[in-house]
Amino acid sequence: MDPFKTVNAVAAPLDLANVNTDQIFPARFIKKPRSVGYAQFTFHDLRSDAAGNERADFPLNRERYSEAEILVCGVNFGCGSSREGAVYTLIESGIRVLIAPSFGDIFAANCLKNGLLTIVLENDRVISLREELDASERPQMSVDLEAGTITTPSGEQISFSPDPFQKHCLLNGLNEIDISLEFADEVDVFETAYRKQFPWTAPPCG
Amino acid sequence: MGNARTIFEKIWESHVVTEREDGECLIYIDRLLLQENSFHAFDKIRRENRAIRNANQAFAFADHYVPTTGRSRGLDAIADPEIRNMVELIESDTREYDITLFGLGDIRQGILHIVGPEQGITQPGLVIAGADSHTSTHGALGAFAFGVGSSEVAHVLAVQGLWRQRPKVMLIEAVDPLPDGTTAKDLILAVIGKIGAAGAVGHVIEYAGSAIEGLSVEERMTVCNMSIEAGARAGLVAPDEKVFDYVRGRPYAPTGEMLNKALDYWRTLPSDPGATYDRKVVLGAEDIAPMVTWGTSPEQVAAITQSVPDPAAEGDIDRRQRMERALAYMGLRPGQELREIAIDRVFIGSCTNSRIADLRAAAKVVEGRRASVPAMVVPGSGIIKKQAEDEGLHEIFLAAGFEWREPGCSMCVAINGDSLKPGERCASTSNRNFEGRQGRGGRTHLMSPAMAAAAAVNGRLSDVRDLLGGG
Ligand code: SF4
Repeated sequence: MDPFKTVNAVAAPLDLANVNTDQIFPARFIKKPRSVGYAQFTFHDLRSDAAGNERADFPLNRERYSEAEILVCGVNFGCGSSREGAVYTLIESGIRVLIAPSFGDIFAANCLKNGLLTIVLENDRVISLREELDASERPQMSVDLEAGTITTPSGEQISFSPDPFQKHCLLNGLNEIDISLEFADEVDVFETAYRKQFPWTAPPCG
Repeated sequence: MGNARTIFEKIWESHVVTEREDGECLIYIDRLLLQENSFHAFDKIRRENRAIRNANQAFAFADHYVPTTGRSRGLDAIADPEIRNMVELIESDTREYDITLFGLGDIRQGILHIVGPEQGITQPGLVIAGADSHTSTHGALGAFAFGVGSSEVAHVLAVQGLWRQRPKVMLIEAVDPLPDGTTAKDLILAVIGKIGAAGAVGHVIEYAGSAIEGLSVEERMTVCNMSIEAGARAGLVAPDEKVFDYVRGRPYAPTGEMLNKALDYWRTLPSDPGATYDRKVVLGAEDIAPMVTWGTSPEQVAAITQSVPDPAAEGDIDRRQRMERALAYMGLRPGQELREIAIDRVFIGSCTNSRIADLRAAAKVVEGRRASVPAMVVPGSGIIKKQAEDEGLHEIFLAAGFEWREPGCSMCVAINGDSLKPGERCASTSNRNFEGRQGRGGRTHLMSPAMAAAAAVNGRLSDVRDLLGGG
């Protein structure tokens, strides 16, 4: 995973609550191997109608947001299924940062594993941010993870407090399995004691 | 009272391998459940050249992509090569890594959240990670069970643990027994309607109260299954004698002296009197009526006796916009009686409602009647299918014009080829009514199996109590 750098890019407002992973990445595409390229599936059925025509009212279809690397979303973004393809598709579309009042838990965990930064802000703050993006001539923002600051198009600074572990992993581009395997001895010790206390949990041989 | 703990805290604390300064805990995972979509996880393991730590703690299920007809032809029953590839991949990946697979052609095959408990893989006190968001189902037996994405599946395969912040715990207390004609599905839909699709984000839900105690273990699975639709990390119910009876004698359950030890421990799991919760919600179950969803989120739900709500009457602008969008997608008018909504199809199945009791409940409504729209029953596992056939339920369904299919996820997620056509309206016993969930442009109304059966008979959303001759 590449280390997370400061993102200075177009930000798009996505004013929809409870956007689920079926909307981000419809289930019928899950069976596609990564090699086909997942960018083509991002928000597929929100972006285009059944005949394949682009919906003009979808923000990412608008010229001014087409290069977006930051999405400012609604409450409970990424709820629903655990499919990690929803994260792959966003990353392959160039999205680096998601800002929302809350995220689906599994989705947020999946983002972290893949270097996609999720930032939680108060709902009022998120709403005003979306309004500012819509109103500004250049909807450009920057996100500095190291410093924990967002700079809005007008130059205003918003601070956010990333989870320290998330920050550490993202800034260093760490593979979490490598970090965890450093605890392999602890897992061994735990497992031995655990099996002694709860012997019936030992792997079944049925 | 300082030591009074919830069941969740007891399970959590017995699984902490290590805790970092920032509060992240490495949690030991007892069981890992896999399905065809786990192929990304195996790809990651291969790409990063990792060893699998405890292959015998992982179980794989062919369910999402399997065909529900023509099964005697095995893989050849799958015409679409991409779909067939998914079933082949889970076979080859599990063979390569020596992981138990409940695959096509195995009588035990079925939906992972049905087969896990049915085989005794799910037990009280365990921590279970599953490659599917509805892993919360297993909490009905008093386990802490939650869904993870592919990267975390790979992490569990390599480490046998996962990093987690300790979640908050919410108590949902459902008091009073459910009225006649209502079911666990109506209860959980009412809960989601009350707290919202994001109502339990960051929380594990413990369901308790006399209504929950009165439910069978299977019905509790229906409740826990949909915890994720309220945004919860997991849902669980304290295990009682019903659970112990359920687990006892199942193929992967402990036996003999081990079982006695396990039982001694399992009996200590329920929350202590005076244990504290981060949030509590009390719900009077006696007021619950049969529920149906009218929108595109499970929170958009109402009693069948009501009408489609009017967005204009909604004060909250966000909610109003969501309602307007949902009604446009669903093709419904405010004020329309729910009981007048005509449907095109009926789907009885999914990990929410395809256990034997669900099929019996639907059959009871259907018996001696005819479906007036295309309808299908997809049992949750091969074992359930056989039991239903031994009881003659399939004959009731077939005589009523229903299709009697082979087990799998089928039209719950519509990726095996069973799907709605654009604009088709379906009465479904599954768990998600998202836009396009059952096929692009398809319209889903969620409800209980008995309600879906009633809808099939009448060709429109119906109050099952009218057909059962009760109040
Ligand atoms: S039945 Fe539906 S919800 Fe359950 S595991 Fe299958 S696809 Fe997921």
